Amino acid sequence: MSAAESIRYFLPELILAGSAVLVLIAGLFVGKKAVLGVFCLAAILLSIFCMPHSYEAAGPLFSNMLLNDTFSEFFKEISLLVIGLVILISLGYKGFSDEDAGEYYFLLLAAAVAMMVAASSNNLMMIYISLEAISLISYMLTAFLKRDRFSSEAALKYFLFGALATGVMLYGISFIYGIFGTTDLSVISGMLNTAGANSLAAAVALLLVFAGLSFKCALVPFHMWVPDAYQGAPTPITAFLSAGPKAIGFAILVRVFLKNFFPLFTGWSDVAQAVAIITMTAGNIIAINQEDIKRMLGYSSIAQAGYILIGFVVGTSLGIQAVMYYLIAYVLMNIGAFGCVILVSNSIKSDHIGEYTGLAKREPVLAFMLTVFLLSLAGIPPLAGFFGKFLVFASAIQSKYYILAVAGIVNSVLAVYYYMKVVKFMYMGEPRMMAREHKPLPVKLALIIALAGVLILGLFPVPFLRWIGNSLL
Amino acid sequence: MPFPLLSSIIFLPLLAGLLILFIPKGRTGIIKGVATAATGITLLFTVFMVTGFDYNNTLMQFSEKLSWIPQVNINYHLGVDGISIGLVFLTALLGFLACIGSFGIRERQKEYYFLYLLLNTGMLGTFLSLDLFLFYVFWELVLVPMYFLIGIWGGPRREYAAIKFFIYTLAGSVAMLLSILALYFTSQPHTFNMLELAAAGSAFAKSFQIMVFVGFYLGFAIKVPVFPFHTWLPDAHVEAPTPISVLLAGVLLKMGGYGFFRISFPILKDAAIYFALPFAMLGLINIVYGAFVAMAQTDFKKMVAYSSVSHMGFVMLGLASMTVTGFNGALMQMFNHGIITGGMFLLVGVIYDRAHTRDLDKFGGLGAKMPVYAGVLVVFTLASLGLPGLSGFVSEFMSLMGGFTAFRTITIISVLGIVITAGYFLYMIQRVLLGPLNAAWAGIADINKRELFTLVPLMVVTVAIGVYPLIILNYQSPAITELVRQIGGLLL
Repeated sequence: MSAAESIRYFLPELILAGSAVLVLIAGLFVGKKAVLGVFCLAAILLSIFCMPHSYEAAGPLFSNMLLNDTFSEFFKEISLLVIGLVILISLGYKGFSDEDAGEYYFLLLAAAVAMMVAASSNNLMMIYISLEAISLISYMLTAFLKRDRFSSEAALKYFLFGALATGVMLYGISFIYGIFGTTDLSVISGMLNTAGANSLAAAVALLLVFAGLSFKCALVPFHMWVPDAYQGAPTPITAFLSAGPKAIGFAILVRVFLKNFFPLFTGWSDVAQAVAIITMTAGNIIAINQEDIKRMLGYSSIAQAGYILIGFVVGTSLGIQAVMYYLIAYVLMNIGAFGCVILVSNSIKSDHIGEYTGLAKREPVLAFMLTVFLLSLAGIPPLAGFFGKFLVFASAIQSKYYILAVAGIVNSVLAVYYYMKVVKFMYMGEPRMMAREHKPLPVKLALIIALAGVLILGLFPVPFLRWIGNSLL
Repeated sequence: MPFPLLSSIIFLPLLAGLLILFIPKGRTGIIKGVATAATGITLLFTVFMVTGFDYNNTLMQFSEKLSWIPQVNINYHLGVDGISIGLVFLTALLGFLACIGSFGIRERQKEYYFLYLLLNTGMLGTFLSLDLFLFYVFWELVLVPMYFLIGIWGGPRREYAAIKFFIYTLAGSVAMLLSILALYFTSQPHTFNMLELAAAGSAFAKSFQIMVFVGFYLGFAIKVPVFPFHTWLPDAHVEAPTPISVLLAGVLLKMGGYGFFRISFPILKDAAIYFALPFAMLGLINIVYGAFVAMAQTDFKKMVAYSSVSHMGFVMLGLASMTVTGFNGALMQMFNHGIITGGMFLLVGVIYDRAHTRDLDKFGGLGAKMPVYAGVLVVFTLASLGLPGLSGFVSEFMSLMGGFTAFRTITIISVLGIVITAGYFLYMIQRVLLGPLNAAWAGIADINKRELFTLVPLMVVTVAIGVYPLIILNYQSPAITELVRQIGGLLL
């Protein structure tokens, strides 16, 4: 489809991009971050409303640079959900002042556009550019607390790792171009299906691309940036980092490896299997000793990525469904947990797990919500996290990846310890003196959405499974 | 559509629990009232279920089936038969009595009763589910409230005991989850339905059955608990508040045993036959080892906790026998143990509330000061050590009788357990009730009416089954006979 015709299907991205610029300018005049935030939310809603329904007109856009299909639509919607929730919890975050709000929301909306483009990219160059855009925005957002040393340090570390990883990925893409003479995924896929390729060179190239994406999904050994970035970034941004880039990373993994390079993927899925096992084990074991809740959730998100990767390794239709389902659940429960962390730190002025002692007596509703999110992360039924794990393990058992399944359950047991540690402090200690802070309405709204999502996804997964089933590649 | 009796039994406590969340926390009277009424009505519903049950019919009764997640063929499927009916009644009865027994709890009552009712829903749902996925959900649902109930209202080492309980049982249940998935993907068409799986089970390869059996075994054996997975039990029992100990011993341990009856044996019969000897040996170890360890305890509650390990050994032995008698004994032993040990824990609670110690060596001569208490304690003790005429004897005797046909030597050694049991229980009676009165307890009050009210129904059941065991055998025997016929055991 030519550029002019494609515009119609690119409307949501355009709306968001336009709104982003507007917010940036308006930020100079409007001194209230709440107003800007509400404007951003309106833009997101409008963008969802304008989302083209791909079953009406699935097809390539902009000379096959983007692909407008149900799969990309699913991840676009996830991206908008993430950004929407992050804006809601940002509205209650006290870390930055009103005067910076314009830039802040500009960056978030820009991230939304980049994520949506990444989700529909059908060309390795497009994938590279959109991922790089997400990364650059993430670095800036991480460093957003300009006067905070941790924030700057975190951003610098994040940037250095990111630069390395994307460099490696670009190197891999150059190999692929060398082998196939194109970076268009559909063309490559067609060539692989008819002719095959020099498998060794292609395997090396794919490994390099995988490494680059591992950085986005925070898989071992490209996870080193996670704890520092999570701890140093403003908490709403931590929530964004843990959910947004990861979901997109998995979307691209699935699209590149399971759709287009599948004939080559089967040869080295062992590597991905090893990565999955090491990722979840390392994440869980290191998380046990963390004393800062944001670091702990950081390592927990590494481990969660390991579980999600199981579905990717299996690579069957059920495996992909498991990945997609787990990602929705993960987005809701992780952002929910970080939303609680924001409210708690507003009142106790600390992110130290030991300081959570007795929270249930002072803030029973908040403690209850955090408990639900943590139990969901731990995979306790009937919450969303459980059904996600259930699908992931089901896909592994179905395809006889018993080692992965066993590694997964052993890790689930390990993980319970540190999730319950937080619960233990909240419910089984005496409260310290703390001021009962007013809870901003937008954060409450975000938490209610996340909580409802975690419960509904766990108890009534049918509509979501149907949605995912329609969104498969 | 008929009245959904089983759903009502399961979800009434949960609804009441949610209602309690909306009652202001100062209104403890109303909170207690709602909780008691909910558990009471649940008990009433189970009475309807028991009276409406046709025990000559070996099929599932009061069945309810709704499609839940059709994409993976998961159904909301409930039903009750002779195997589960006793345990459902036991759960509802202990749930009601322990709720009354909870009136002594003074702290954070709103949270307590909410979690307590949630726990009841989990336990009842576990016994009534016929879909493996649903079963798993309820099974895990029990864990969370139990963790809080031990961890918040427990004794000095409550936090350690609570997390140990949680991690131990979770480790077992995730292994079970893998087995559930393996069964699902091996069955044709794929199903989580326990009844369909039981019918299709004989087609599964033996090596596959053994693998799956081991997964389920980890889940169930940790719950029972079978040696060497029993170490969470004394910690959890000792630290838990009295009513929770009652449910732990009375109901939670039975979830493991029930799993063998409902899932492992009917679905994986070749593996069950393959593992019969190890089962018998583990039963023997539980019986004898548990009894010896119980004898060495100075803590009253710990002693009762280890006696549970010992008593649950008879369930293993009965199961290993693969005979109708043994199975009947094993299932009945679970019911009787729930009643008797529930009573024992209530009695320990009574004395602990007054003396604030459970050290057996610090008592003495209480029989004269607390005559009614002494009488009740003696009845439960005698029932527990297997005195003929009381319920414990019947089930242990049947388990041993079943075991004798299959594993003669092991059964003979197991009988030793009964002797040791008599030894430590009588030694306990001697240290608590007899001898010179310890002056510290000169002012101790006898058991009060509320406490007595929680114990009398249990005592009545104990005596009734001991004198006329058919009131329970009538219900379970046809189902057990059918089960043994299916798995090709001896119809003895």
